[in-house]
Order: sequence, then C-alpha cells, then structure tokens
Amino acid sequence: MEAASVPAPAALGHTRRLTDRIGDVALHVITALAALLAVVTVFAIIWRVFQGAWPAFKVFHLSFLSDNVWNAPQSQFGARDLIIGTIVTSFGAVLLAAPLSIAIGFFLSELAPPAVRGPVGTLIEMLAAVPSVVIGLWGIFVLAPFDAQHAQPFLSSFLGWIPIFSDGQDKVESTVFTAIVVLTIMIIPITSSICRELFVGVPNELEEASIGLGATRWEMVRTVIVPTVRGGVVAAVILGLGRALGEAIAVSQVIGNFIPLKTSIFQPGDTLASRVAGQYQGAVTNLQISALIYLAAILLVITFIANVGAQRIVKRFEFQKAGG
Amino acid sequence: MDAPAPAISLKATGRSRRRLFSNRLAELGATIAAALAVGALVILIWSVAARGLDALNWDFFTKGPAVFGQAGGGVAPALVGSLLLVAIATAIALPFGVMAAIYVSEFAPNRLAEQVRLWLDVLNGFPSIVIGIFVFALCVKVSVPVVGWGHHQSAFAGGLALAIIMLPLVARATMEVLLLVPNHLREASYALGVSKWQTVLRVVLPTSFGGILTGTTLAIARAAGETAPLLFTCAIAGQVTDWNPTHSVNSIPLMIFQNSESPDPGLQSQAWAGAFVLIMFVLITSLTARFLLDRSQKKQGLAR
Repeated sequence: MEAASVPAPAALGHTRRLTDRIGDVALHVITALAALLAVVTVFAIIWRVFQGAWPAFKVFHLSFLSDNVWNAPQSQFGARDLIIGTIVTSFGAVLLAAPLSIAIGFFLSELAPPAVRGPVGTLIEMLAAVPSVVIGLWGIFVLAPFDAQHAQPFLSSFLGWIPIFSDGQDKVESTVFTAIVVLTIMIIPITSSICRELFVGVPNELEEASIGLGATRWEMVRTVIVPTVRGGVVAAVILGLGRALGEAIAVSQVIGNFIPLKTSIFQPGDTLASRVAGQYQGAVTNLQISALIYLAAILLVITFIANVGAQRIVKRFEFQKAGG
Repeated sequence: MDAPAPAISLKATGRSRRRLFSNRLAELGATIAAALAVGALVILIWSVAARGLDALNWDFFTKGPAVFGQAGGGVAPALVGSLLLVAIATAIALPFGVMAAIYVSEFAPNRLAEQVRLWLDVLNGFPSIVIGIFVFALCVKVSVPVVGWGHHQSAFAGGLALAIIMLPLVARATMEVLLLVPNHLREASYALGVSKWQTVLRVVLPTSFGGILTGTTLAIARAAGETAPLLFTCAIAGQVTDWNPTHSVNSIPLMIFQNSESPDPGLQSQAWAGAFVLIMFVLITSLTARFLLDRSQKKQGLAR
C-alpha cells in the first residue's frame, strides 16, 4: 500500500454520507437546545418571579422586608417575621443536624462493621425519599403531641430561664420547635450521606499515619479526617440549609402559620415558604398574589446565595485536593 | 514461680485514660446518632402503617370521596390525577433531561459543559414552592394562547411544574451514566466508520439505558411525592375521576395535605392511607432502582 493513496482527512469528509453529515449536526444542535432550555428555565424562573413580585414591590418597596403585618382585607403585607421565622427554623435545624450528620458519617465510615454499613446507609438515605407531606402529616399527629407533652416541658424545665426556651402559659402543639425537629429529620439524610462519602474518601495513609502515631479513632476523626474534608462538610451543611430554607409543605403543616412571632420557640410561628403554601386557596386580590410572589422572590434570593456559596466552597475544596 | 511485675503498668491512667474515655464517648455518640436516624425512619413508617392500613380497602382505590358528612369513600380521583401528573412530567422531563445530558457529555466543550452542570444544580436547589409559583405566573395567572393553557389551573400546568423538578435529576443521573460508558466502545464504533450521531444513539445510549432508567425512576419517585409545585398550578379540583389534562385534577400528595388539616377523623384516616400508599410507592421504586443499578454496575464490572 502506498502512502500517497491514503486520502487526506479533508477529502474523507466529502465521502461521508449525507445523512451522517446532517445527523451529526442535527443531534448536536438538538441536544444543545435542550441544554440551553435547562439554563433558560433557571433565568425564566428568576425573571418571572421578580416580574410577578413587581406590583407588590411598587406598593411596599423594601419596607416589605421590615414591616410585620399580614392583613389581606386591608391589603397590608410585610415579611419581617416570616424572614426571621425562616432563619430561626432553618438555622435551628442545621444546628441540630450538623453534629448528628458528622457523627453518622463517623459511624458509617469508621465504626460500623461492614455488614452494618450498607443497610444502615441505605435506610438513612431512604429517609430522604419520604415525601415532605408525609413527614408533615406525621409531624401533626405524632411528633407535635409528643413535643407538647414531653419534649417541651423537659427542655423548658432546665433551659426555661433563657427566653427562647420559656414555657408558654398554654400548651400549643403547632410550634416553631416542632418545625425545627421536622426540618432536622429532613436534612439529616442529605448532609450525613455527603459526610460519609467525604470521610470514606480521605486517603487511608492519612488515617493509618494518625493511628500509627497513637491517636484514638475519635482523635483521628477530629484531627485528621474532619480538617481534611472541612470544605466539603461546610458545603454539605449549606446544602442542608438550602433544603430547610425552601421547605414549604411540612413546615406549613406543623408550625401553626402565625405571626407576629413570639419570643419562645415553643409558640407558633411561620416562614416564607410556609406562608406561600398556606395561602394557596386564600389569595384573591392581585396585590395579595403579588405579595406572595414577593415572598417567593425573597426565598429565591436566599436559597440562591446558599446554593452558589456551597458550590463555590466545593469547587475550591476540589481544587485544593487536586493540587495536593 | 511468679512472673516479675511489669515495671510500667499497662493500665491506662491519667491523660491516656481521659483520651480513651472521650474516644468511647464519641463512638457511643456516633452510634446513638445513627440509631436516631434509623429510628426516625422506623417510627415514621410504623406510624403511617399502623394508621393507614385500617383505612385501606377496595373502595379506597376505586371510589370517589363520600358525600359530605358520610363515612367511607375513596381517593380514586386523586390516584388518577397523580398518575396523569407524573406521566405528563415524565414525558417532558425525560427527553429534555437526556438530551441535555448527551450534549454535556458528548458534544459540549469543557467550559460550556461546566456551565450547564452548574445551572442544573442551581435549578435543583430552587425550592419547589418557588417552581410552583413560577409556573403559576407563567401559565395560570396570565393566559397563554395555547389550547388548555388558559387562565386556569390544569394538569398540564401541574405536570410542567413537576417536570421542572425532575429535569435536573434526570439530567444529572444521565450525565453520570454517560461518563461511565467506556471510551473504547465509542472508539470501536468510530473505527468501524460509524458517524458520531449513530454512535451516540446506537452505542452510547443503549449501553447506559439501565442507568437512565434508574435515574428516571428515582426522579418519578420524587415527583410523585411533591406537593408544593401543585399548590398554585393544579390544586382546585373536582371530586370526580378526570383524565382530561386541561382540567385541574386532584392528587395524592395534595389530598394528604388538605386532609391532614381537617378535623374530620374519616378524612384524616384517608390521609394516613394515602400516605401509606405514597410511602410504599416511593420506597419500593427507590429501592428497586438502586438494586437494579447495583446489579448492572456489578455486571459491567464483571464484563470488563
């Protein structure tokens, strides 16, 4: 075979069948459009939500954020206590879920015998698959009565001197505290399965070196594993926070949908997402609908910041790992 | 003959003892934390089963709600509605999600692929209630001149909202399995003179079919339990079984949400029964999907 008889690549291109030339371009373009559509959806959501919030923004301006009133008949709306309620419930849940998730990650990656790891890990991930409306139903009829009768008296008996844990005169079942517990249950599977992956991914040499120097298992986790994957753990917690901030249904079912917020977490409250969900049948006037969309816009901004922040941290962390 | 007593005691004292003690404490704490999480799931399923099984009977699946004040009745309209909504959502999310994933892993340059992945993650992080509000503002509140997308709630609108929830899930799952397709399969196909589009459609896609199916199943399980996207898009519905997608239909999650806040014990027990059906559906589909994924991965591993 002579080298000269081999056609140049450019010439080869012309021998290709027409269907292939069209097919390659067509598939490329069609799939690119689908990908573009996904990205456009994100911006369409942001644009439409802000557009829908505009009429309410024109009326209330930014004082919507600091006013605390929700009076539909008089068309007065403000979101202050809804924002505070959102932050209190989400951060409360994260505060409970973060240490528990790290502990579960420790258990699943280091402590549990191999035969236990798989099933327990799967069970905890199954918790994430339970629909929020089911957790909310359970929250109303099982968790809330338990909280009101046992957990709240117990907690306020020795933490009652702190105002946020003080006992109300009347025992109410729909409380901020119950919402925090429900949110904790919902975010633990997310954060703990990321923690487990992170802990398992820590190089064995590091762990062995630490054990070889005489560290106990707990000291190994505390001084080697957690610092190594710190960025990932923070990102996992922020992802959990994002989930907690945006949860509407389960919170709306247990929190009592009540503002103004009281000092104690053993009293009813409300959050941005839960208020939007709770009003789905009651919104009549255009201004009220727009005020609800304003709430959704605030929620969008908060969760967007949380998620992008988490991704930034993960990226920086991956970069560090790649760089050694 | 007595062994000489060791000069140094091997029993931990002082600082060592404290360290060992805190280690035991931490290990105990971690075990308790894991037990708490598993316990929460067990208690949850147990309470739902204990309250829901009683209300489950043939009427529950086949009949509509009872006339006000009467006992009995079922949730057939909600079951049909859920089926319709999930079918619409899957029909939208599956093709778009798979195509977006093909673009990212087969065609896109690295930087673009990264951008698409980033925005899919952002979409996945949006609260589901916001997506419901978006679809409400897009095609419920303002009329759009397409048949059935008029000035009202409909199964189309609800299905669209669920599809937006499913899209990033399907796309991310598909991307991950497309990455797993060994490059030598693509190269073998090119070496036989097959063009790129044929390679993608005839070699890459069939190889990753199992993974795409798993991802879609998990996304369906998620969508079937979502309530928030439906509140403003497909919530005000009649009480009869309705297959028309231009009408607003009832759904199981919505039925649970509404009945959970009702003082009527009959409606409450329907909510529990609905929760039992939903939880079983979600758990069984997710477990089956994961089991199939494990098996197909093992098979691939053996084949290599």
